[in-house]
Amino acid sequence: MRLLTHNMLASNVRGATTGYPLKLEAAKWVTKEVDLNADFIRGLLPKIDWRALVAATRALGLPELLPEEQPPEEEIFAEGAADVEGSAIRRIHHALLEIHVQEGSLVCPDTSRCFPIDKGIPNMMLHEDEV
Amino acid sequence: MADGDGAAASGKLTEHSASGAEKGLPRRGKSLSGRTLNTAQIPLVASHPEVYEPCDDSFALVDALLSDKAQLLTLQPRLCMEVGCGSGYVITSLAIMLRQLASGTQYLATDINKHAAETTQATLEAHGVHADVIVTDIVSGLEKHLAGMVDVVVINPPYVPTPEEEIRCKGIASSWAGGLNGRQVIDRILPAVREILSERGWLYMVALEDNDPLDICHLMSEMGYASRVVLKRCTEEESLFVLKFWRDPHTGTSASPKSPKSESWFSQLPFKSLWHKGS
Ligand SMILES: C[S@@+](CC[C@H](N)C(=O)[O-])C[C@H]1O[C@@H](n2cnc3c(N)ncnc32)[C@H](O)[C@@H]1O
Repeated sequence: MRLLTHNMLASNVRGATTGYPLKLEAAKWVTKEVDLNADFIRGLLPKIDWRALVAATRALGLPELLPEEQPPEEEIFAEGAADVEGSAIRRIHHALLEIHVQEGSLVCPDTSRCFPIDKGIPNMMLHEDEV
Repeated sequence: MADGDGAAASGKLTEHSASGAEKGLPRRGKSLSGRTLNTAQIPLVASHPEVYEPCDDSFALVDALLSDKAQLLTLQPRLCMEVGCGSGYVITSLAIMLRQLASGTQYLATDINKHAAETTQATLEAHGVHADVIVTDIVSGLEKHLAGMVDVVVINPPYVPTPEEEIRCKGIASSWAGGLNGRQVIDRILPAVREILSERGWLYMVALEDNDPLDICHLMSEMGYASRVVLKRCTEEESLFVLKFWRDPHTGTSASPKSPKSESWFSQLPFKSLWHKGS
């Protein structure tokens, strides 16, 4: 599971109000490089919950990866930014698409229900008495 | 019109054979009623006794996607998603098919069966493509934050008419059990998919004659979706359809004061004649 998916995922357990963002507890994660596509990030960014993304990176022990506040779009998408090591767009790309959480869990912020991530796959299934 | 060549494609609907194998991918021919149909474009590399193995329906769905490949490439989908990914054959084929896109397309897949999710992951990996796989009921947990974001959804649902209880069976039965008329899971899937489809989004779904595909199209039409049959295939046991849906401002109840079941609505369907020929 990448942080892009974490950003889209909520808990539907009975008793949850928003069930979002899920608290990430990662025991194991890896990174895999993929090509950066600025247009893709541009289209996606308005749909991204920045605070949830930042919280996820911090939960992985990467406090420096993203700033508390989302940088202005002019900065993120500045001409040539994608080619600059450590630029905002590179960091966002890395956070959303290159980090794969392999083992760990997602915890519902409202109910503390824990959803396991096993072999990179989050299991959001609820028992009958939880829906 | 969202669908580039709907009219052209609806002209010959019985069998869209995707001519020529995808480059570099081995093909497995399968003889059915004396004809060679398009079957697996990719070798299946992972399996599990409790996971649905790619079958005629899976092949039909991939062949339908292949026949729409040019349109899919033009669409440049941002997010593609499969609901009920099973072995991963379909989502892997889609990702391979669209690999040439430089649009950064991302893939998601869900299945209610944990073994299916794991098998899908293994199949994807073996082919060098990636999708985030989630074990969940349909799109539960994603519906809110993914609302209006998915450009392509593909589904080969559990559609076999069965007693209702079988849907909740653990194990392999739940991969095909569809309850009354095979519609019980389908009828839960459709509203969920409408939530996550983007304005320009397309849904491809397999349905059986027994599922009353015309009724499915009618229901979707009431919600503002146009439809067409991308592929129809008759096997010894069943008549399979691959239906495609897309948002159409001219479709739906608000656009037409008449009963949607009336002849005027029916005649809008490009596949009207086919339907009668086929059944
Ligand atoms: C007919 S199989 C298709 C598998 C694969 N997509 C293919 O075409 O070969 C249907 C799949 O849907 C899954 N499924 C059944 N009910 C589901 C639900 N409520 N939510 C998600 N997946 C479901 C089953 O576990 C099974 O893998």
